[in-house]
Amino acid sequence: MKKIIVLGIVLTLVLSVLSGCGSNGTQGKKDTKSITASGSSALQPLVQKIADLYNIKNPDISIIVSGGGSGEGLKNVLNGVSDIGNSDVAAAEKLSASDASTLVDNKVCVVGVGVVVNNEVANLISGVTKDQLKDIFAGKTKNWKEIEGPNLPIVIINRPASSGTRALFVKWGLDGQKSIDGDQSLQTDDSNALVETIYKTKGSIGYLALPYIFSNLEKVVPLYIDEVEASNENIYNNTYPIWGYEHMYTKGTPGTTVQKFLGFILSDSVETQIEEMGYGAIRKLSPAAAKSR
Amino acid sequence: MKNFLRKLRTEYIGRGVVTIFGIFIIVITLAISLFLIYKGVATFLVNNHTVSEFLFSSKFAPQEIAGSPDNGQVGSAIFIFGSIVISILALLIATPFAVSSAIFISEISPKLGKRFVRPAVEVFVGIPSVVYGWIGLTVLVPFIADVFQLPYGFSVLAGAIVLALMIFPTITSVATDALKNVPMEYKEAAYSMGCTRWQMIRKVQLKAALPGILTGIVLGLARAFGEALAVAMVIGRADRFPKFNNGFIEGLLSATNNLTSKIASDMGNEVTGSEWSNALWTMALFLFVISFLFILLIRILGKRGAKI
Repeated sequence: MKKIIVLGIVLTLVLSVLSGCGSNGTQGKKDTKSITASGSSALQPLVQKIADLYNIKNPDISIIVSGGGSGEGLKNVLNGVSDIGNSDVAAAEKLSASDASTLVDNKVCVVGVGVVVNNEVANLISGVTKDQLKDIFAGKTKNWKEIEGPNLPIVIINRPASSGTRALFVKWGLDGQKSIDGDQSLQTDDSNALVETIYKTKGSIGYLALPYIFSNLEKVVPLYIDEVEASNENIYNNTYPIWGYEHMYTKGTPGTTVQKFLGFILSDSVETQIEEMGYGAIRKLSPAAAKSR
Repeated sequence: MKNFLRKLRTEYIGRGVVTIFGIFIIVITLAISLFLIYKGVATFLVNNHTVSEFLFSSKFAPQEIAGSPDNGQVGSAIFIFGSIVISILALLIATPFAVSSAIFISEISPKLGKRFVRPAVEVFVGIPSVVYGWIGLTVLVPFIADVFQLPYGFSVLAGAIVLALMIFPTITSVATDALKNVPMEYKEAAYSMGCTRWQMIRKVQLKAALPGILTGIVLGLARAFGEALAVAMVIGRADRFPKFNNGFIEGLLSATNNLTSKIASDMGNEVTGSEWSNALWTMALFLFVISFLFILLIRILGKRGAKI
């Protein structure tokens, strides 16, 4: 008899602990004074910066920005884990058509992707043509001396196949070329590790979002592509080809708190911050550039 | 009733709390296992791939969009091979050092061993894996590139050395305990037969402690197999086999990828339910099965040890 009572107490406690976890989670979501945004690590610093700015005028709203990758962001906003999902790629490229149609796209800025090389390569080469770039990533060009560079084997530093930056680079830099691993390539997870690897590896070449390039110019050197410098000005005037939109997705129409915050990000007042951090402002795109996407 | 309250205070509360935590751990373990199995088999049941494709094909190109036709490829042979090769190499490097240290601590110089060697080994255990990886990245990788005149030092060798450092303390401490647990009578019997100290160590101590030492080695192997961060930083993460067909050294010095690194680098970018994400879960399940087998092996070794 006593054993049954004890067991009963134990089970009730276990169940109450378990159910406690569940209800806490749902209560957190209803709190309208907090905003959560997760996803793309390329977009994360910008969202964080703007959230800090927004907090100065709206101190009562807590905004939590986290990374995790574009897929994670889309997944979270779709499942209601985050209010906002940050992504480098359009939702339709990762989600099924029916899931993607439930999300509302907010394009916040554009981001360029630059091709960067190790300093020793940059001493002799300042740019490549798109065809040379394709040959390098296909593994056809194996040594820099073949294109008037130093006598060093070419080492390709890729992002993982699932990366948003890689998708942008392949689509607009290599015109969709499938094989980009050569036979002398490495991979790094995140942009900071890529900077370090290029800095330390002789003959290395890789691709990075422009904000990371601009803040690491002493370690990596961006190449001209078809004699065009990788810069936001050249993205605006439609001469530099490798760029894409950064998206902040919400599920359906968001609540007023989230809507106000998104309104702030999309307003012209944060344009200086966007450009200061190396991203491009959508409003400045020339009609031709805007049309190209 | 009063009696019951007293018993509640002196017996049932304490026993109840302990039982709750115990049951909780069992429930959690079961839940994680079931979840992994449920997620991991989706590649085979939902996306209709065969187990042999997953294990033996090297073509990894799954579909990214959930619900799109299952015409991607989930061959993970490269990552499985990478995990196995690096773990075994790490073991080959670490075991001689670990067993030697264990003999030194328990037999050759217990005083010195207790005061200096053992604490030194214990410090190794406390170092977080990211630190090992970082040191590997900044010291070992450039060093290998310099010595072998390579464009880069990211390689199977770098991964194996870093892992060897990480599993060395595990093997050492388990082996030390195993050697210490050999009954004194064995030692005395050996000496009375006229053995030298080394003969005693080699023919009696090591033989009697073998199951324990093997347990240490399997524990080390399990740790090596599951370690992600440190290896990922020095292995190069190139999705291709190491070039062992060009010779052993060439293979050692080439970059490759392994299961844990592949899961870690792709999981954030993939959406739940996609063929890609399912394939990653299958890799996780594979790691789980392997570690389960290791635990089984340790149990068997433990039983054999108990018999001696």
